[in-house]
Amino acid sequence: MTIEFTLNGRRVTAQADADASLYQVLRALHIASVKCGCETANCGLCTVHMDGRAVLSCSVPAARVQEHDIVTLEGLQEEAKALGGCLADEGAEQCGFCVPGLMMNVLALARENPDATDAEIDAYLAGNLCRCSGYMGQRRGIRRYLDSLKGVRA
Amino acid sequence: MATYQNYVMAQSLEEAYALNQKKSSVIVAGNMWLRMCGLRRQTAIDLSGLGLDRVEETEDAFVIGAMTPLRALETHDALNRETGGAFAAALAPIVGTQLRNTATLGGSVYSRFGFSDVSTLLLALDAAVVLHHRGEVPLAVYQQEPWDRDILTHVRIPKGVRAGIVSVRQSKTDIPTLVCAAAMEPGGVRLVMGARPARAMIAAEGVDPDAPTAVFEEITQRVPLGGNLRASEAYRRKVAPVLLQRAARACVEGNHDD
Amino acid sequence: MKAVGMGVRKKDAMALTTGKPVYVADIAPEDCLVVKLLRSPHANAMIEEIDVSRAQRVPGVACVLTYRDVPKTRFTLAGQTYPEFSPYDRLILDRHLRCVGDPVAIVAAETEKQALAAMRLIRVRYQVLPAVLDAQEALDNPVLVHPEEDWHALVPDCGADNRRNLCATGEDADGDVEAELAACDVVIDQIYETKANQQCMMETFRAFTRCDAYGRLEVVSSTQIPFHVRRILATALELKKSDVRVVKPRIGGGFGAKQTAICEVYPAIVTVKTGRPAMIIFTREESMTVSSPRHAMRMHVRVGAMRDGSIRAIDLHTLSNTGAYGEHGPTTVGLSGHKSIPLYTHGLKAFRFHWDVVYTNTMSAGAYRGYGATQGLFALESAINELAHALHMDPAALREANMVREGERMPAYYGETAGSCAIDRCLARAKDMIGWDEKYPARTMPNGHVRAVGMALAMQGSGISNVDTGAVSIRLGDDGIYNMSIGATDMGTGCDTILAQIAAQSLDCDVDNVTVHGVDTDTSPYDCGSYASSTTYVTGMAVVRTCEVLRGKITRVGAQLLGAAPEDVCFDGDCVRRMDSEESVPLREIAQAHMTAGVEDLSACESNGSPISPPPFMAGCAEIDLDPLTGQVEVVDYVGVVDCGTVVNPNLARVQTEGGIMQGIGMALTENPEMNGRGRTVSNSFLQYKVPSRVDARSVRVAFESSYEQTGPFGAKSIGECVINTPAPAIADAVYNASGVRVRSLPITAEKILLGERE
Repeated sequence: MTIEFTLNGRRVTAQADADASLYQVLRALHIASVKCGCETANCGLCTVHMDGRAVLSCSVPAARVQEHDIVTLEGLQEEAKALGGCLADEGAEQCGFCVPGLMMNVLALARENPDATDAEIDAYLAGNLCRCSGYMGQRRGIRRYLDSLKGVRA
Repeated sequence: MATYQNYVMAQSLEEAYALNQKKSSVIVAGNMWLRMCGLRRQTAIDLSGLGLDRVEETEDAFVIGAMTPLRALETHDALNRETGGAFAAALAPIVGTQLRNTATLGGSVYSRFGFSDVSTLLLALDAAVVLHHRGEVPLAVYQQEPWDRDILTHVRIPKGVRAGIVSVRQSKTDIPTLVCAAAMEPGGVRLVMGARPARAMIAAEGVDPDAPTAVFEEITQRVPLGGNLRASEAYRRKVAPVLLQRAARACVEGNHDD
Repeated sequence: MKAVGMGVRKKDAMALTTGKPVYVADIAPEDCLVVKLLRSPHANAMIEEIDVSRAQRVPGVACVLTYRDVPKTRFTLAGQTYPEFSPYDRLILDRHLRCVGDPVAIVAAETEKQALAAMRLIRVRYQVLPAVLDAQEALDNPVLVHPEEDWHALVPDCGADNRRNLCATGEDADGDVEAELAACDVVIDQIYETKANQQCMMETFRAFTRCDAYGRLEVVSSTQIPFHVRRILATALELKKSDVRVVKPRIGGGFGAKQTAICEVYPAIVTVKTGRPAMIIFTREESMTVSSPRHAMRMHVRVGAMRDGSIRAIDLHTLSNTGAYGEHGPTTVGLSGHKSIPLYTHGLKAFRFHWDVVYTNTMSAGAYRGYGATQGLFALESAINELAHALHMDPAALREANMVREGERMPAYYGETAGSCAIDRCLARAKDMIGWDEKYPARTMPNGHVRAVGMALAMQGSGISNVDTGAVSIRLGDDGIYNMSIGATDMGTGCDTILAQIAAQSLDCDVDNVTVHGVDTDTSPYDCGSYASSTTYVTGMAVVRTCEVLRGKITRVGAQLLGAAPEDVCFDGDCVRRMDSEESVPLREIAQAHMTAGVEDLSACESNGSPISPPPFMAGCAEIDLDPLTGQVEVVDYVGVVDCGTVVNPNLARVQTEGGIMQGIGMALTENPEMNGRGRTVSNSFLQYKVPSRVDARSVRVAFESSYEQTGPFGAKSIGECVINTPAPAIADAVYNASGVRVRSLPITAEKILLGERE
């Protein structure tokens, strides 16, 4: 089947099997930031924004994105640099494989709850697994990023 | 991985219902569990274009579309106000926000998973399901039925019922090892046990939430429990009265994080 | 210029955090065949008949391979220096299937769907054999996991005997342990068990292969051991080693899992057979069920002490389950004793450490961070905590009285001396940070929960002494930058950056002036790979030595340009200066000079190996919250204080420690590898195998108490593995302090606590 949708602000047309997932479509479109870490919707590596909400692209049927708006980290490079810098200053990105999915969810959090406490950050991001960092460095980096946004708003 | 030959965006419930009468069809809801089950079907039917993703309020009930994501219920002010925060408490432990952004209420309720937090809470709240063909059916009935080819369109939750829900889990975001919910009724609380590890069921009704521990122990004895990867029957038996009592207390005192 | 000790960003940080295509699957050719494996449903079976004719006819299928199509040379997948301790007990495909998941056939097709469709059409008739699943029943069981004649062990010293299901056996002892134990006032005599935990790196096993322009096999793999992969593939495929090239790009975590060449042989043989590029990506299920988890161990510990708390004797027997194949079997077991018993060297009169490693019809084990030490330390540190209770002593006081001190010889650690050891400061600091004296042992909270603390010590090594080798080459480039080539494999740990920091410190330049890239066996200097906590210590020292040589060359060329004798000039990182005048020549001119009719190549390549393996040390303290009515445990705080010698990069060391502790917490509490009665792993996904999420342990705090290791680069030792070792024993004791229940088998589940007997 043919699906048409907006990807990072550009209209795209893609061919996909009836049972394809959005994840598969994005990888076929060379969206490299989107990773697959499990088959059970547990890891969060494939997180993208669909109509502004963070979703697991592995679980979104490709057909369902017809005429919808999809954003990946490729479309949020300025934010990625700012947030990525905060993580990097902690060494918290480590292997980096979980990071794009995490960042997509952090950016959703930043919109939804810019004043999130540490406990709220953890709860919001609980579906983003990381095996390297032990999460503490990620939390420090994310804290710093959210605080930096407040600086911008103030 | 589930495989289909066709993927149909249903234009109407009638169309979806007609397509779903074939054994070779399957309804795609949140597509969380479905894609994992290795199902091979001719036709996948998608209900996401039918406006079933809204929470509507009537005077005495919340009428929730089957395609409403769990996250919308978790963060729904009125729903949580009315229930004492039971929806937030029940849904927040489910994996992560991204999953709850697309996992649907209808998918959870239809599937009647043995580990469902959602069904456990809804059963306590005496919810009803609205089926396209059959109309309204109490969840207590639907919960015990085999999977059928009707289409679940809405879940109806009575207003003004406070509820409590507590669980034990291997880890904070795991499916529950055991989950118990309680809801306030005129004559006492209704107690429901889920992740027994079989489908959730009503354990007792009209129970005094301040009853002594022995009462909850006696209720547990009547509930069939089993063992699985997460815990033995013996563990569930020992912990069930504790959860029932805590759920009953949460019903009165409100739900909190742990 | 100071580089060592600075928390600089990882060199690849921005590429990783902005989602650039840098991993194996991101850079694979578009036309790669998709490789899938048909796997055995049985724990022990022979293939009686296999018919692939229908599968071969599926459109898009390039090849379907069975045991008839593969070379008959046995090999091991273990990434170890040749001759490997791990026996040569594998074929790429074998008629004899020795565990559930053992590969039956290799299918390669244009698309995944086609490969899966073809796989379903392969018809196999199995002769199902009885299986030995329980390690305790394996030795001398009539069911042999490896009855084949051509099984062979390259290192016979390890006692392997396939006719007994024995992968290794041995003993190491000092003094008369039985006599000493008999003379002790108190003897703790207990059995402890750990399971086959999964590393769960986020990027599953994967590799792609292709034929290069010279007809050689090029392998791009997510691996910790590129040079070993080259050798393993050449052996398995009966190719010349010179015909194999292995490239390691960025990799998505390893933790030891990728110290075994789990997946490379499959696409490699497809490329050899078809000439086509081929890629395999393990599913998470495959990564959880046919991979390289921790060796499950059953450890019998006897610790004897006098009433005053002096520990006199330790006896440890370890039974290790290597599974269906022997990867890392003979070596991991050694660490269970050699990296636990030496902690109590101080007044120890005698020890014995003996072991058996057995084959069973279960998933083959491999290398996982800690590599046997984690298991041994769970056992020994638990026993030490039990001893403290038996003696009515504070576990901290018991340790203070008995733990190894700097300068002491450690008979149980190959007789090495603890040349750098701040374990005493680590323990004192950890106690202070957790508030041990106020919190030990437990207190009841207003909500009825019990808060309790527990502690453990740990050690590890820094590389494998007399074996591990790391070479480094650095050359001066235009403008005075340095191009550094290493064969060590950054798997997210940041070793590229750490080694660059050591180079920058040695060359008096900014870290940004040192470039590093991934590993390519054609161009990188030899390195055994990143494992055994070797990179900072072993390869780091190679960096130091390389820089010394390079500095000498730069000085010489600078002197020539200044018309001076080399002994009359010095190099300060920016310029070579005459010591007797203001005259100097900047580095970029020196670089330019050697590129202009240059006769002296301004590059150096030095290798390093170490006769010793200086242990890093650590103290860990857990504070838990136990719900006594449900048995549920939450780690509310964990404190780890580490002596890794000089901390090269505090940020990366800290995150290593936090990450290691979190994995240790998972091993202690939630990660529960389970198999059914037919040998099938049922903890086969992240749904069923619960690695900690960020809400499972909310506080991990880390500090460093550094000793200075004279033989390490700028005083550094290792850190990567040591940090996973303390949580399990520390949490087990905290649970005991909270509940009176002693859990001696991991994981410590709510069920074991609630249904356990109070002691």
